Amino acid sequence: MAVASDTIAAPEHSAEGRSETIAFLIMTAVLIVAPFFIYPLFLMQALCFALFACAFNLLIGYVGLLSFGHALYFGWASYLAAHAAKVWGFPPELAILTGAATGAVLGLVAGSLAIRRQGIYFAMITLALAQMMFFFALQAKFTGGEDGIQGVPRGKLFGLIDLASNNTMYALVVVIFLACFLLILRIINSPFGEVLKAIRENEPRAISLGYKTDRYKLVAFVLSATLAGVAGGTKAIVFQIASLTDVHWTMSGEVVLMTLVGGLGTVFGPVAGAFVIIAMQNYLNALESWVTVIQGVIFVVCVLLFRRGIVGEIAHLLRIKL
Amino acid sequence: MKHLISMAALAAALACGSAQAQQLNVKIGVMSDMSSLYADIGGPGSVAAAKLAVADFTKDHPNVKVELVSADHQNKPDVGSGIVNKWFDSENVDMVIDVPNSGVALATSQVASQKNKLFIVSGAAASDLTGPKCNANTIHWTYDTWMLANGTGKAMVKTGGDTWFFLTADYAFGHALERDTSEVVEKNGGKVLGKVRHPLNTNDFSSFLLQAQTSKAKVIGLANAGGDTINSIKAASEFGIVSGGQKLAGLLVFSSDVAALGLQTAQGLSLTETWYWDANDVNRAWTKRWQGERPGKFPTMIHAGVYAGILHYLKARVALGGNPDGKTVAAKMKEIPTDDQLFGKGTIRADGRKIHDAYLFEVKKPSESKYPGDFYHLKATIPAAEAFRPLKEGNCPLVGS
Repeated sequence: MAVASDTIAAPEHSAEGRSETIAFLIMTAVLIVAPFFIYPLFLMQALCFALFACAFNLLIGYVGLLSFGHALYFGWASYLAAHAAKVWGFPPELAILTGAATGAVLGLVAGSLAIRRQGIYFAMITLALAQMMFFFALQAKFTGGEDGIQGVPRGKLFGLIDLASNNTMYALVVVIFLACFLLILRIINSPFGEVLKAIRENEPRAISLGYKTDRYKLVAFVLSATLAGVAGGTKAIVFQIASLTDVHWTMSGEVVLMTLVGGLGTVFGPVAGAFVIIAMQNYLNALESWVTVIQGVIFVVCVLLFRRGIVGEIAHLLRIKL
Repeated sequence: MKHLISMAALAAALACGSAQAQQLNVKIGVMSDMSSLYADIGGPGSVAAAKLAVADFTKDHPNVKVELVSADHQNKPDVGSGIVNKWFDSENVDMVIDVPNSGVALATSQVASQKNKLFIVSGAAASDLTGPKCNANTIHWTYDTWMLANGTGKAMVKTGGDTWFFLTADYAFGHALERDTSEVVEKNGGKVLGKVRHPLNTNDFSSFLLQAQTSKAKVIGLANAGGDTINSIKAASEFGIVSGGQKLAGLLVFSSDVAALGLQTAQGLSLTETWYWDANDVNRAWTKRWQGERPGKFPTMIHAGVYAGILHYLKARVALGGNPDGKTVAAKMKEIPTDDQLFGKGTIRADGRKIHDAYLFEVKKPSESKYPGDFYHLKATIPAAEAFRPLKEGNCPLVGS
């Protein structure tokens, strides 16, 4: 990580960097105005998933590693954050940090095993580890099995700010989301990020240039798992519940879908993808089981017609980097 | 003078009339399992029952306007609490009813309490809803695990089934039913030899049933419901468990389960319910109306509970007028005695438990069944005062010591 703290190379501040800054400012403005028009709980849900998808995108979009077990970090972080807040009586900020730590530790263990293989084997190892931990979550006492951990207190931020109201909670979620988003932006625009992209494009070449690619991949994996952990922990505090849905393999699939729909390897893509998918689940839920069918259709259309995803296509049309 | 009195009477009548004609808007949310293993015991049938209740009530009270919404919680507590949060926060839903699956019901009950709205449980069974986890915004209408244990469990022990092995659905409801039944078994001199827990919505029960078989217990208690009960009874009959001398105790069996199993497989099962469609003419007439929306199906006690619960709720709303919060309505519902055509006269206790009679039934042999839906023999009526857990024993914080 010492490399990552170097200054950003000069070309990053060119026109390409500017379009990212403008897009970021627009996104921030929209997030500030949004709760006046849209139900805040929905926004918070979408933001948690957006952060989760961004974390996932860090791995697939910039290192080219398809993890099919990201629900492991997201779900277990939400369990531990919920447990910390409910049973250990942690304040919300520490509970969310507990979630981040959970993601980091699990990411380190799963990552150091999984990065030894590539392609489909990598995906299968991450899936297998995630499934193992899913059954652990199903059987362990403290996770509450099918019931989940319910009635998690939102508590008071730093012992001062009561988060019971949806609006204050929303403000906190926006701050967490934007901070993590900036961190991701910083990571991918740093020399460390450049190395990651080099590994994605041609790993043998990166090795021949003297980079220890395994170490870079592991650091990226742990970073991605940690950020997924932040998302999971935040979700547990917002919804006051941690349940099996979040560790199930379908959740790992959903985050792949969000990233693909939004645009693989674009910074803003996963955010757009998460909002689209969560909006569908929320506003189409009267159609019941048809929602999954519609999701499937969208996935197919996306892969066939606009492979760059929503944001990817926009960026391509406008010839900018998003 | 006479003229004056009649004028005064007329004025009074008009005043009364205008007070009654005050428009009352109510929005009710039916949340259920619409597509999975509990869809037959609750699900679309609960929505049909809710529609009947609204139609019956608004016929007599044309000034009350009721809007119904429904949703599928998919048996996931997080999905359920998300829906209820949205209903209460941004869609002005006043009351949520049904919610089979105790895990989801416990989550819903907490949301209702936080937002000070009302939750009437018809579909869920866990007795904790009126026990340690009770609150002033939740009313538990139809049945619960204590009442099931006290009915079927007790009857099985008394007829010689004194050693038990439990097959339990691994979540709040299964745990509560297993716990409550174990207590009854042990209190009546029986013994629990073991238990095995299976995931919710299981298809293959063979390994669980083999464990039950090798336990040599006289009774295998099925602490599960809906699709899980159907699958475990079917598998048990394939394994020859009943013909091998062990008895099955379906601790929660609904008429829809019996219909799905067929009398050939289900015959001889004892079960406890609080409402049976074929019990009397009133129930039969109601069933006929209900079948208008659900042709070929038979309503369960959960559907009846949804109907009765909504009627009583609307009565309380009319008595209060205006737009009171959940606690106030719950208190009013506890204050006025319940009286409806399906459950008769009853009361709601301080802990939120609705009290009425329970019935011990036995499933008929195929040869005894004369028409479709002719499922049960009535074995015993458990009077309301004995059917449910005594108020003091529930450890509900609402009940002062």
